[in-house]
Order: sequence, then structure tokens, then C-alpha cells
Amino acid sequence: MTEFTFRIWRGNAEDGEFVTYKQEVSEGMVVLDAIHRIQAEQANDMAVRWNCKAGKCGSCSVEINGKPKLACMTRMNTYSAEETITVQPMKAFPLLKDLVTDVSWNYEQNKRIKPLQPKERDADGNHRMTQADVDRNQEFRKCIECFLCQDACHILRDHNLKNDFVGPRFLHRLADLAMHPLDTDNRAAEILEAGSGYCNITRCCTEVCPEHINITDNAIIPLKERVVDEYYDPLLWLKRKLTGK
Amino acid sequence: MLDVSEIKTVEHDVVVIGAGGAGLRASIECSAQGLNTAVVCKSLLGKAHTVMAEGGMAAALGNVDDRDNWKIHFRDTMRGSKFLATWRMAELHAKNAPERVRELEDWGAVFDRTKDGLINQRNFGGHRYPRLAHVGDRTGLELIRTLQDHGIHQGMEVYMECKALNLLVDDNGAVCGVLCLWREQGRFMIIKCKAIIMATGGGGKCWQVTSNSWEYTGDGIALAYDVGAEIMDIEFTQFHPTGMIWPPSVRGTLVTEGVRGEGGILLNSEGERFMFNYIPERFASETADTIEEADAWLKDDKNNRRPPELLTRDVVARSILAEVKAGRGSPRGGAFLDIANRRDADFIKRKLPSMYHQFKELAEVDITTDAMQVGPTLHYFMGGIRVDENSQETKTPGLFACGECAAGLHGANRLGGNSLSDLLVFGHLAAVGAADYVKNRREDRDPTLNNETIASHVRSATGILNRETGTNPYLVHEQLQAIMQENAGIVRTGEQLESAISELAALQNDVDQVKAPGACQLNAGWHEALDLHPMMITSEAVSRAALMREESRGAHTRLDFEGEDEQWGQVNIVVSKGATGMEVRKVTRPEPPADLAAIANASIEELESGAVG
Repeated sequence: MTEFTFRIWRGNAEDGEFVTYKQEVSEGMVVLDAIHRIQAEQANDMAVRWNCKAGKCGSCSVEINGKPKLACMTRMNTYSAEETITVQPMKAFPLLKDLVTDVSWNYEQNKRIKPLQPKERDADGNHRMTQADVDRNQEFRKCIECFLCQDACHILRDHNLKNDFVGPRFLHRLADLAMHPLDTDNRAAEILEAGSGYCNITRCCTEVCPEHINITDNAIIPLKERVVDEYYDPLLWLKRKLTGK
Repeated sequence: MLDVSEIKTVEHDVVVIGAGGAGLRASIECSAQGLNTAVVCKSLLGKAHTVMAEGGMAAALGNVDDRDNWKIHFRDTMRGSKFLATWRMAELHAKNAPERVRELEDWGAVFDRTKDGLINQRNFGGHRYPRLAHVGDRTGLELIRTLQDHGIHQGMEVYMECKALNLLVDDNGAVCGVLCLWREQGRFMIIKCKAIIMATGGGGKCWQVTSNSWEYTGDGIALAYDVGAEIMDIEFTQFHPTGMIWPPSVRGTLVTEGVRGEGGILLNSEGERFMFNYIPERFASETADTIEEADAWLKDDKNNRRPPELLTRDVVARSILAEVKAGRGSPRGGAFLDIANRRDADFIKRKLPSMYHQFKELAEVDITTDAMQVGPTLHYFMGGIRVDENSQETKTPGLFACGECAAGLHGANRLGGNSLSDLLVFGHLAAVGAADYVKNRREDRDPTLNNETIASHVRSATGILNRETGTNPYLVHEQLQAIMQENAGIVRTGEQLESAISELAALQNDVDQVKAPGACQLNAGWHEALDLHPMMITSEAVSRAALMREESRGAHTRLDFEGEDEQWGQVNIVVSKGATGMEVRKVTRPEPPADLAAIANASIEELESGAVG
């Protein structure tokens, strides 16, 4: 058992402060375990979101020493007992209480995206796709919706352009659809409308993704290229001018 | 004085409580049936325990082995259930599962593929053929996200981070509403409705070592019990054989059966593949009895019998426990699960990516080079709310149930992979049942809410905040878990179960005096305190039913009553709320339909040749 010092944000949107807690930590513990011990023994009413405790549900997103992280996958042995561990809520979203933020904006963005428009099944009732066709989609579909990429994205975090830009999470949701072997929809207009042009490829989202999804290279850049092909290709532009389509 | 009219009240045709696989599938079908549908869930949408399901969903698609069909799936399910499943439900499940899986593809799901481009299927314990549609080892995430992304466009209203506190019934005993607590603001809300579908999952949080998250406190079981519905087969609590055992903070976290399905083996401290010593007679003819044959199965699963590591979960969990008790456990007190020496690193990372990730990050073990250490963990409730086998309606009019919180499909033991398909099949059917009920509902059923009842429910919830002093809800929960872990574990005795019942009764006083300091907004201590009542009901029901069943069958093992007893195979145990407390009784099972009994009792050869069924 080693004693660690934590500074944890306590309070709601109107009023709050960092509160210091001392907590004994044993072998193998993660930051979420330490928070739970503090909650059970020192601060019964402290709010923290969590579910699976195994990095699969994406509920316990917080900022630990300034870095967006899952509290359940951050091991205490990555810190030394001499340093103070600061835990605070995600900055990009409105604070509700303590470590919990209002992430409902993300759910609204998902609703904006048109669901899969599947092609007809084969005569025997099956869809056929090769594994190579679906590998790319499966990478995006690993997403656990922790919204850490949204939190890290400076367009949302610092510029708060939430009405114009759906953020990396929903750009790669769009990429999943745009590259889906069964989808019949041309998504170019939707991608443009989602604000793909705002991303200036700083790769902050990819860096914080706990599922190691290469959001920037595999999703956002191909989407930007699709928009360019559709709207800014000079030959297509000329064709549209001439044919009126 | 509390003014109930000041509580926010909304109205829907149907309220689905729970937003895991079953709740979402039910909501989608309710919307398709034209019902104005509400979904109430304790967490954010998409975080329910379904995301933790790893191995896959069982459906006799026959994509990998074309000998598979619904009859063999049905037979496997009945035999896995030790002939205690509801016959008709096992039939409906096996018949409907393939289409429920296929439609997920139209909604965006991307399963792993066969060489022909079809949905790939993997082997799993108790399933005769490769039957589990899967996505690596994150099938549950794929399922919940697919249902979520499709569902949000179907018109349902989702109330997130909202706990159902009490069901409201009219003078005829039919459901007419739900009292909810909006956790975020700490405000109450009333939903008036014509029907309710319960899809709340199990109650793993009554034990110390469990794969379940904080949400699984038996809410649906207790809510239904409190308004007169019956609970069945609740003594059958599944201990998954392979949970993580180290570090302590993740003790119980699931290690998918897919590890064994992909060739992983179980070893004791002497390096022995001990499962060969524990093959039950019933499965002997279908299980490899030499290492050579079991290894040959890995390359050719059509001409060799399956390895004993893939026996049903109850058998494997008990075997690990027996090895540990005999002093042959691993250093951390479990068994070794080795895939590193069976498959190459690339294969492991491709087929079991989240297991690789989980052990690497949480236990600092590289499963491509080292064996895992695993032990049993409370994973799943076979029993739950008793429902009509066709409509999924409970004894309480207008109240339906599906998924883990309902009883019937799994009997004494559930096969891996039958849970995700259960969620889809019975989520869908419960919604069809609820839609029929709403359309044919008697006009005299006036959903007038009883304000006095509501006020008393609200007072009992807020009392926890307003009390001057009282017990700590976290510590009361820990005591409850200790009682169940000690007395209602993987093996049980009458004496232990009697002490569970009396210790729970003694704990009731602490539950009644629980105090949560702080305000009502997002108060974790208050939420913990409110979960204690459902956990107490659930724990008592498990203990009483387990005490009554004087035999060992499936997941229920009584050290004082070894082996199955034919008499007990004829009855299900039903728990209900009586005038003076919990009542437990035996209910004789109806005679099975002759055609289904013939299929379940046939040999594989008879089924495949068409001689039976």
C-alpha cells in the first residue's frame, strides 16, 4: 500500500474547486479504483461515470494530469507517489457535477447522420462481403464512444464550433458509412455539411483514442478527399456547368 | 407536503426499461408496431452490459457447417439447460435467431466473414457446430452500436441516466406507469403508459466477484416482484469459468469463452490438461477423450470430437474450483488459460484483439507469449421474471420481460452465445406481445395514477437524503456481497443458504437506515442506496430458491445433494410476493410437445439423417 495525493474537481457549473484527497493505493489499481475508494470512504456523493471497468464501454472519460484518458485503463503505477494526480472533467463539454459532463451534444450529432441505406440482399437472403472489404469498417466500429477524441479536438475544445463541426467521432462514423460495402448513398454532401473542412489534421484525436483507431489518416483524410473529388474537381465542375447537373 | 402534480409527467404507449441488446431490440420493434415508445436507461445510451459480450451470437445459419439447423440448435439448448428450459421458448429462439442476426446487417453490422463472403461462425461450448456470428471478440459492442445507430432513427424517446424506481399499477393490477429518478438532476419523473417491457439484465452486483458492472442490481426482478409478477429459476446463477483473477481491482472481469473456442486450453499448476478428468457421462460420446483427438479437432473440427475445455460453463467452472481446492491452482488461485502455445501471435491479435488489449493494459500480461490466470466469476442469471412462452407477458397485466431479466430459455444453464441471440429474438417477441396487448387492451383500464402511492415512493427515496444519521450505503452493499459470495457461490449447502437468508434478514435494518449525504444532483451515494432494495430482493430470492432445490443441476450445485434428481427435473421453482413476505413454491412442468421432445432426445445421427424431426 502506498499513499497517493489526488486533486479532484468538485462542484457543478456554477461553483467548484479542486479538493485534495489522500488515498492508499495497492498493486494493480487503476485511477478509477482510487476514485472509487475515495468515493466510498471520503466523499460518498462524488459523481463519476463508469460501467465496464475494462475499457470497453467508454464511460469513465476524464482528464488526468491534463490528458484525456479512460480512468479505468490508467494504471496507478504509471505515476509516482511523489507527484499529485489531478483529475478533472472533460473540458469540451458542459460540466454537470464533479467529474461528469453533459455529453448529450454528441448524441444529437449522431442523429444528424443518415443511417445505412443498404442494398438488396442476394436471392438466398444473405449479404456477401469479403473480409478485406470490411477490415476498414471494423477499425472504425471498434469505437467505444468515450468522446475523448471530441474532448481533445481543438475545434470543439477551444473554438467551440459545435454547430458547424460534428467532431472526429462522427466523421469516422460517416467514414464507416461512406466505405460500407452495403451502403448505397452518396454521402459527399453529408460529409461537407458535417464540417469536414474544419479539421486541420493536427492528429490530436488519433493520439488520445484508447482503441487506437487511426481517425485522421484512415477516416478524416479520405473523407476530405471525397469532398474534393465531388465538389472541387475542375473537370466535374465543367461537366456540371455544361450539363446543368 | 409533497405535491405529486409538480412532478414532471410524460405519456407514452409503452416504456422499455433498459437499453442493452434486449431493450433496444424491443424498442425498435415497438416503434415498428406504431407504438409511441420510451426507453429508460440507468447509464448513457450504448453503455449497457451488452457491450461486454465478446464471443458472439448463436444462430444456426449453417454458413460454416451446413449440417447445422434449428433443430440441432434447439437440441443443444435443451441439453445445455439440463432439460429445464421452457420447450416452446427454446424452439422460438432456435427458429428465429438466423433472421434476427441477418437483419442486423441491413442495419449496418459488420460481422467477420467466411471465404465465401458470408457471416463467419465460431465454435463455442455446448454448441455442436460452429454457430456464433461474431466480430473478433467484441461482438456485443457491434450489436449494441448497430441497434443504437438504427434505433435512434425510429422515433423512440430515450431517457438516459434515468432509474426506474417503482412500477405503478391501476385498481385491476395492470401496469399504468413508471416512477423514475433522473440521476443527472436528482428530479423525479412519472411516465404514464399502457404497457411496460422489462429489459434490465441480471443482478451480478450481489456478489463480490462478478463480470457485471454497477448497473446490474436486479432492478427488473425486484420491480416486477413488487407489483405481483413471478420470478422463476432464480437459483440458477451462472459462474463463467474464466474471469480475470489479478489484479484485485479487475477480479471477475470476463475472459471470453472465445479463447477456448479458438483453441485455448486449461492447465493446472502441474501443467496437466485437467478437463479430461471432468467429462460428464451425458457429453462423453461427443467429447474428445485424448489430447491427440482434442488437438486434431483444432485443424479438423468435422471429423474429430470437441476438446473438453468446451464443455458447458457449469462443468468447466466447477472443474477449475475443484483443481484449486485440490491444491493444483495457479499462483493467483485459479487455472492457467493458454493460447500462446496454441496459436501464433498474429492469429491471437486478430481473433482476440480485446483480450490481448485487456491483459496487456490491466494485468501487464502478453497473452501471445504467456498463459492467463483465470477463475470463475458470477456472470449471468438464467432465471428471472416468469413470462408466458408466446407473448412474453408476466403475471402482471401489461408487464412484459425479455433478455437476461426474463426466465425460460436457459433453464439450469445457458450456453455461451445464446444470450445475444436471446436478446434479439425475445426483445423482438416481447415488443410484438406488448403491441398486441396495447391494441386489444380493455377500454375500462383507465391509467389513473394513484398520487398517494407515488408520494409514498418519493418519500421513501428522499428519506435517504434527509435522514440525520444512518448507515453508509457502500459498506452495506459490501456486506450484502460478502453474504452472497460466502453462502450462495458456485457450490452451496443447505446450511450456507439458511445463513444467507438469516444474514440478509439481519442486514435489512441497515438497509432501512441507509443515509446518503449531499444534495440530490448526481449523488453517487444516493444511487448506491437506491440500488440496495432490488439487490436485497434478488439475493433473498436466489437464496430461498437455491435452498428449496435439493439436487445439483446445471449451474446450481448443492454439496449436500449431489447429482441430478429426476423428481426435480419435473419442476421449476417460482418465487412471488406473499402477504407476509417472500413465497417459494414448486411448479410442475407441463408435458413437452411430442415433436420437440423427440428432437431433444434424438441422437445427432438420427437428426442428421432425418430419421427424427
